[in-house]
Amino acid sequence: MKRQGRAAIFFLLPNLLGFAIFTLGPVLVAAGMSLYRYQLATGTPSFVGLDNFADLLWFDSVDGDWQARDPYFWQYLANTLFLMLNIPLSMTCALLLAVLLNREMRGRIVFRTLFFIPHLCSGIAIYMVWTMLLTYEPNVGIINAFLWKLYHVFGITGPDAVALLPGWLTDARWAKPALIIVFVWASAGGFSMILYLAGLQNIPPELYEAADIDGANGWMKLRYITIPQLAPTTFFILVTSVIGGLQGGFEAAYIMTGGGPGGSTTTISYYIYTQAYQQLEVGYAATISMVLFALIFTATLINWRYGGKRLEAA
Amino acid sequence: MATVSSQTRWQIAVIYAVLLSLMCLMVVPLLWTILTSFKYNVDVTLGWIPPRWTFDNYTGVVEAFAFARYYVNSLFIASTVTAVQVSTSALAAYAFARLQFRGRDVIFLGYLATMMIPADVLMIPQFVLMKKIPDWLNVFSSTDFFSGFLFFGDQYIGHPVGLDSYFALIAPGCFSAYGTFMLRQFLLGVSREIEESAYIDGCSTWGVFWHVVLPLAKPALGALAIFTFLGNWRSFVWPLIMTDSDSMMVLPVGLAKLSDLYNNDYGLICAGSVLMLIPMIIVFVLCQRWFISGIQLGAVKG
Repeated sequence: MKRQGRAAIFFLLPNLLGFAIFTLGPVLVAAGMSLYRYQLATGTPSFVGLDNFADLLWFDSVDGDWQARDPYFWQYLANTLFLMLNIPLSMTCALLLAVLLNREMRGRIVFRTLFFIPHLCSGIAIYMVWTMLLTYEPNVGIINAFLWKLYHVFGITGPDAVALLPGWLTDARWAKPALIIVFVWASAGGFSMILYLAGLQNIPPELYEAADIDGANGWMKLRYITIPQLAPTTFFILVTSVIGGLQGGFEAAYIMTGGGPGGSTTTISYYIYTQAYQQLEVGYAATISMVLFALIFTATLINWRYGGKRLEAA
Repeated sequence: MATVSSQTRWQIAVIYAVLLSLMCLMVVPLLWTILTSFKYNVDVTLGWIPPRWTFDNYTGVVEAFAFARYYVNSLFIASTVTAVQVSTSALAAYAFARLQFRGRDVIFLGYLATMMIPADVLMIPQFVLMKKIPDWLNVFSSTDFFSGFLFFGDQYIGHPVGLDSYFALIAPGCFSAYGTFMLRQFLLGVSREIEESAYIDGCSTWGVFWHVVLPLAKPALGALAIFTFLGNWRSFVWPLIMTDSDSMMVLPVGLAKLSDLYNNDYGLICAGSVLMLIPMIIVFVLCQRWFISGIQLGAVKG
């Protein structure tokens, strides 16, 4: 026993040391920093207790109206949640692709590779390319060029057609849908699809054989065998995507929109970036990051509470 | 039987049609990017096929930017982080999976708990640390070594520590609770018989780890290595806030700078994107099997 204890120290030490310096230490420091007002360039930290949290989350009553002390935070939180609408869409596409690709067929590897490509390039390259594709002017942006052609097919021309072209990245109403389209494009064929492919391999073929004997059609087999059998995989992908989505959106906002127009694509993580590394208000940024941590912690708890049951049931 | 096979053939046709149209959606942006990278900027609006083909954008990107340097930085940082992270994770995973010692489960729970901490939380104190380290260290040293610059031949290689240093770009990525967790789960699923017979033959703990466990864990190590490398190759925020000088930038940061400075030069931006993408596609095609089994391993065990 004692010899193993000594060996264990040797095996654990490098990792434990790094863990203490780069994970455990920073978490504790971040928690502490959230209690300080700290402007990195000019000031020394001054203790303010829970004031940062109050400034971030509290509502004041002004003439009988409730006004948020930091209305931006609530707007950006709503943005983050709205952009997470890409998750169900991406998952549906991933499932569809996996079902289609789950058979011996020619070109399977080519398809799989092509659908996986967005996962290989840096998000930066993807967002740069899509910024150009979503350009408003239809002689450059191929999305609007396509819509322009489509309008002509339906007989809409001239000023009417111009008015109908969405200003994808310049119009506050269109910026979020534009980002959702990009997110779905970038994530549909990646990890989720491969996880679904693995899940499909684990479904016993007898289920489908029995369904064939009962005369089930393709849709019924998908609805009553494939989807329920994939429930654990779906749940796993959903939870990881939600956790990722809550901290997401920074790169897209940084490259494509700068968080605009009118803050309509600023997410929590982009807000943290501007506060911490542009304004250098590291105390307030730490407070926002702790609130984000709390949100993710809640999502994980819900996962533990209900995920276990779901997995057993499926 | 005849009806079954004709139905299957009809189904296969539909599946191919759907897959091909979805593939078009995937490929169109890539195709547009590649074609635009061969266009003069004045020709960008003139349809898809370049009216005059040119290689200028590629030479332009390489000349105007330290693109080769970005590449070297990205490769160097990603491979160093991968090597160190896989090693430290494997060592710790072995201790958690196989060795008996006091406090093992408590420490492991601590590791698990930190896996849900968002990167944003850790990054802020790390940023402050990297900004302050040179000042603190200079308190102890009379020479101004820690805020100095380093050169390798005529290549600027940044500060020793703090902002704009390889240390800052590499060190925080080298230790991963996720990697430790994944490898531990894998080892728990491996039979102990060979290890036990190795002990009986007089092998030391280290000998068992090196000669028995590591070879057995190869698939998991490969998967972790690929994930770590890919994650680092793509990482953006940390290198963005850590680098000031051009020679210390990694590929995504350099690319973002390119789009910032030349946001109207579509050909140039496309050429930069293509240069970034091509090596990754080659790597993926070469180790596709590792990728796929790695993702599945990570998910099933995670």
